Amino acid sequence: MNEKLYPVTVEVNGKPRSTQVPARLSLVDWLREELRLTGTHVGCEHGICGACSIMLDGEPVRSCLMFAVQADGHKITTVEGLGGTDGKLSVLQDSFCEAHGLQCGYCTPGMLIASQALLNTTPDPSEAQIRDAIGGNLCRCTGYRQIVDAVKLAATRLAAQKK
Amino acid sequence: MAENKNPYGFRYIGAKRRTKEDPRFVTGCGRFVADIALPGMKHVAIVASPHASARIVSIDTKAALAAPGVHYVLTGEEFCRDTDALAIGVDTPKVTRYALANGVVRYAGEWVAAVVADTRALAEDAAELIEVEYETTQHVVDPEIAVKPDSPQVHPAHGTNVLFHRRFVWGAVDEAFEKAQNKVKLRVRWGRSSTVPIETFGVAAQWDAGRELLDVWASIQMPKFPDQLARAMRLPGNAVRVHYDVDVGGSYGVKRGIKHTVLVSYLAKKLGMPVRFLEDRLENMRGGDMHGPDRLFDMQAAFDNDGTIRALKIRALDDVGAYAGRSPLQLGKPVSAICGPYRIKAVEYEPTSVMTNKTPQEAVRGFGQAPTNFALERTIDHIARHLGMDRIELRKKNLLQKEEFPYLIPSGSTYDSGDYHAVLDKALAAIDYPSIVAMRDAARKAGKLAGIGISTCLEPSGGNSAFEPLFNPKNDTTTWMDSCLVRVDLSGAITGIMGTSSAGQGHETLVSTVVGEVLERDPATVRVIRADSLNALPSNSPVGSRMAIMLGGAAAGAARIIKETLIEIAAHNLGCTIETIEYKDGNVAVRGHPEKKMLWDDLIAIAHRKYHKMPPGLEPGLQAKFVWEVPTGGTLPTADGVAQIYPCYSFETHIVYAEIDRETAKPELKRYVCGHDCGVMINPDIVHGMTYGGIAHGIGAALYEKFSYTEDGQLESGTFMDYLMPSAMEVPMVDIVDHCTPSPLTTFGQKGSGEAGYLGAPAAIANAINDALAPLNASIETLPMSQNDLWRVISAAGTGSR
Amino acid sequence: MKSAAFEYARASSVAEVCDWLRDGDDDIKLIAGGQSLVPMMAMRLTRPARLIDINEIDALKFVAVEKDAVRTGACTRQCVIANDNSLAKAVPLIRQALEWVGHVQTRNRGTIGGSLAHADPAAELPLVAQILNAQLVLRSFAGTRTVAANDFFEGPLATATRADECLEEIRWPVWNETRTGSAFTEVSRRHGDFALVAAAAQVSLDAGGKCTRASFGLAGGGYIPMTFPKLAARLLGTILDDEVVQSVVNDAAAEFDPGGDLHANAEYRRQLAAVLATRMLRAACEDARKRR
Repeated sequence: MNEKLYPVTVEVNGKPRSTQVPARLSLVDWLREELRLTGTHVGCEHGICGACSIMLDGEPVRSCLMFAVQADGHKITTVEGLGGTDGKLSVLQDSFCEAHGLQCGYCTPGMLIASQALLNTTPDPSEAQIRDAIGGNLCRCTGYRQIVDAVKLAATRLAAQKK
Repeated sequence: MAENKNPYGFRYIGAKRRTKEDPRFVTGCGRFVADIALPGMKHVAIVASPHASARIVSIDTKAALAAPGVHYVLTGEEFCRDTDALAIGVDTPKVTRYALANGVVRYAGEWVAAVVADTRALAEDAAELIEVEYETTQHVVDPEIAVKPDSPQVHPAHGTNVLFHRRFVWGAVDEAFEKAQNKVKLRVRWGRSSTVPIETFGVAAQWDAGRELLDVWASIQMPKFPDQLARAMRLPGNAVRVHYDVDVGGSYGVKRGIKHTVLVSYLAKKLGMPVRFLEDRLENMRGGDMHGPDRLFDMQAAFDNDGTIRALKIRALDDVGAYAGRSPLQLGKPVSAICGPYRIKAVEYEPTSVMTNKTPQEAVRGFGQAPTNFALERTIDHIARHLGMDRIELRKKNLLQKEEFPYLIPSGSTYDSGDYHAVLDKALAAIDYPSIVAMRDAARKAGKLAGIGISTCLEPSGGNSAFEPLFNPKNDTTTWMDSCLVRVDLSGAITGIMGTSSAGQGHETLVSTVVGEVLERDPATVRVIRADSLNALPSNSPVGSRMAIMLGGAAAGAARIIKETLIEIAAHNLGCTIETIEYKDGNVAVRGHPEKKMLWDDLIAIAHRKYHKMPPGLEPGLQAKFVWEVPTGGTLPTADGVAQIYPCYSFETHIVYAEIDRETAKPELKRYVCGHDCGVMINPDIVHGMTYGGIAHGIGAALYEKFSYTEDGQLESGTFMDYLMPSAMEVPMVDIVDHCTPSPLTTFGQKGSGEAGYLGAPAAIANAINDALAPLNASIETLPMSQNDLWRVISAAGTGSR
Repeated sequence: MKSAAFEYARASSVAEVCDWLRDGDDDIKLIAGGQSLVPMMAMRLTRPARLIDINEIDALKFVAVEKDAVRTGACTRQCVIANDNSLAKAVPLIRQALEWVGHVQTRNRGTIGGSLAHADPAAELPLVAQILNAQLVLRSFAGTRTVAANDFFEGPLATATRADECLEEIRWPVWNETRTGSAFTEVSRRHGDFALVAAAAQVSLDAGGKCTRASFGLAGGGYIPMTFPKLAARLLGTILDDEVVQSVVNDAAAEFDPGGDLHANAEYRRQLAAVLATRMLRAACEDARKRR
């Protein structure tokens, strides 16, 4: 085993993380297997299902379609970083619980990342905008209805908070 | 939002309540099999057959064994010598199946060798170095050819490709057809699709040589899994410990990786190292053995001029792929609701299960009921068309009336309860039926293809697998019990213990709600845990829409014993009879003497610490188990094939409005309402969620999803780029209308709902598409109805091209 | 689905990339957004020995709207392109096409140059490049050359880019005619999937509604995305009435030679080509009429 290792330093959920990785290690495998941030899931490894969605420098991307070494010097937020540092659920996370916007929980981290990214730029999204935002994330349990409801609920609550 | 209105008069059951499971998943704290890291764990990659049918001439593993990080390469010769074949659902002992092929491959994607290495990447590197020499042999992919005697044989030792065939006749079928005023005949086809959970199957295993104990963590949803694993491993049952405390990332039937688990268990034991195998998506689609029914129906109906349906003849040919497993039984469950929700007194059913050189079939949501419902509902629409009768009127004429329950159907099952007309009327009102008729007619006037589809379907529930003895006389199993253990600890906290894993169905919420209801304690304070297979009470796992009924019933039963024990303790200490004790919120008082009371904590303290205050004969501590047999279960089928199968029957009706772009053939579902009656809902959010999900899955089966094979037997939709699951952009806004007809057979009146939506959606969509095509005099009877297929029928009707 | 091993190098400048590519080694691949390359690597359909990452080269990320062309750096993210209003004003067809490209997550990472260099015959951006005959600036250690899109696409996943070259910049011609309109559409199985057939058109009209300039194209199931300059020339001077559009489109659909696959056979694709090209020429014409 003499695969060359490359140093990577990434700010993950606000904390700098540094390891040595083989070039071919995908970002999602690095997060899961090396950093043990297992909230981000692997569904297809070819960029269709969206279960591995994370935020890279604030924008949602598929972490199965990046190599860990490419993330060097960037900032990443995973589902583990969506809640408050006090362990409290974010408004979106809480809304997913309230509207039961999930069942098995496997696609959920990707759905949360995709819909949080939407809410960051579009505080009052229409149903069509919500569907478009989660359109790259497959869910087999919910038929998407309660996910759409959860995102709408979160938007309403966030708007009320701002008042 | 959190309105606590309760339609049923219960305190917690039926109320809007958050689930117990959701918080861990929204924070990324689920514990899926891929999250389990065992110290020193090694990883597996698979070498799969490129051929649909071939003899393995030789396997050269030398280069792979020498590759970096490789610990072992396993082939079929060793594996099939040192383990036993997997269980088969029907009586076909020569159709043996192991995780690895031994000398012969029977489908493209079948596993030929397994590599164990330090990382999955290294295992894949080494797998590429394994050289397998094949000599291809004749294959068969068409089930209609496979049933013929001169077809290439998938398992020559079995002597035929047919795994099961029987002609059941219930009632005076021939007489009804002879006397019938009208008959229709049609052929419909349900395409090969599956549930395809977003999590693939995964398993990790560890052999503890000191204890001679195999520990297994798997994303499993399968009855009798530990037992089958132990048998294949030639271990006593108590040397296998399956950990049910693993979150399963979706299953809907298919997460039954028994072959994966035997393979990984063997490797872990052989190498003395923890071993993990997570299917990648390519392995999952081709070699994961999880395809669903692939079924051809020849339907005939006999009926009167007024629409009264007298009899049905159903022939079903199911292509189960290259091995048997339990898949032939998916033709068996529909016997439980063979005439649908209709008053049809004579039915002939001739199921044939046939093998081809394709990926094997596994249990899929509904266990064969969704294809059967689709065939029935297409038949109903054909009858309406034949008579020129309104499809709703025809259904209403033949749907059972609520006064007719309990209703014994000709094949031997009794429908427990229902009010089908009420549900249909509610759904028609919810979609404002006249308005969608007007919408359709206006669209047609504007030159569009527009149609309305309706289905009225049953969901047999309660998971009583009495089709097993019906399809296999050597199997005389008559119980599919489930159970629960409820404990109240010294601090007064309640824990419910279940003996199976969950894949999103919310069983922890179910148990806590039911226990809270019985004991009148806040369900939020009830913890629910999962035992492992060595300390669990018996369970038949969440199959066949059974857990609300079976686990719910068991949890309630155990909680009731706890409650009775508390009342006995109170009566003993308050010096009164148990009849005079009033139980409220876990505290007790003597009726009419509120000052004579004992609090929950007092009663718990007595049970756990004060034996001197316990009534004589009661054991100290406070726990109760309840093992429940399926209601109406316990009997064998008669020799002529009459069987009481499932106990409860949920009803669903779907009404869909669809338009098809005449030029591009692109379909769009524009309005969708589902009326649903599954009795008392324990948690409405969970029931609705599963129903929405089932509908989305049904949209996939109807329009998008297909495991497509070339004539060479190659799977050509083995990635998510080609196997098309609907996204939020393809699934329309669906509205569900609830109705409640309680079941008289269950603890709270609940019925099953785990397969809801999927059992009626494909039928309704197919009916809507065909209604849209009707003005062209065109029809399409094959699922999925791809755009290309739609275009073909539209253009054949002479209006597609301009 | 783990990639085969490779060596990785992160480039900080185009010059550095060109230096590394100097020997014209076929085993070297550039990675931009990676949205198509990485799945192919995961399936081991491609296995470069060395991967050069151009994502950190800031000089490749820009949008410059000029009078006759919009210049975009090859590594500009698709989401940046889609959100650039001045670009959308100058060359609306690009934004119209991007609405059909993948999903939010893939557009956030995918680049405009990566899509062109990958040259999937069913992809949207290569079709736009063909229709507008975008100019692609390729750089090597020896200097730069500019290749017209119509000469760039050579086959499925094959372009005129030499092994020692790196796509640096794309120049999208701006049609300065006042009454210019464009439209893009496609039919796919699901939203965000590659097109079964995509069609797009751009036309300019004079004050009397006569067509003064026209281009249209088709992609999907074919060899490369196609544009039809000779057929488009037949539209000039007409008011794009149904008859002329139909005649031109019929000839285009006949010339467009799509293959079949499990989602759509060739015959269905030809039908889609005719229908969608007609619709897009009409839509582009409508769009042009609205502008003044």
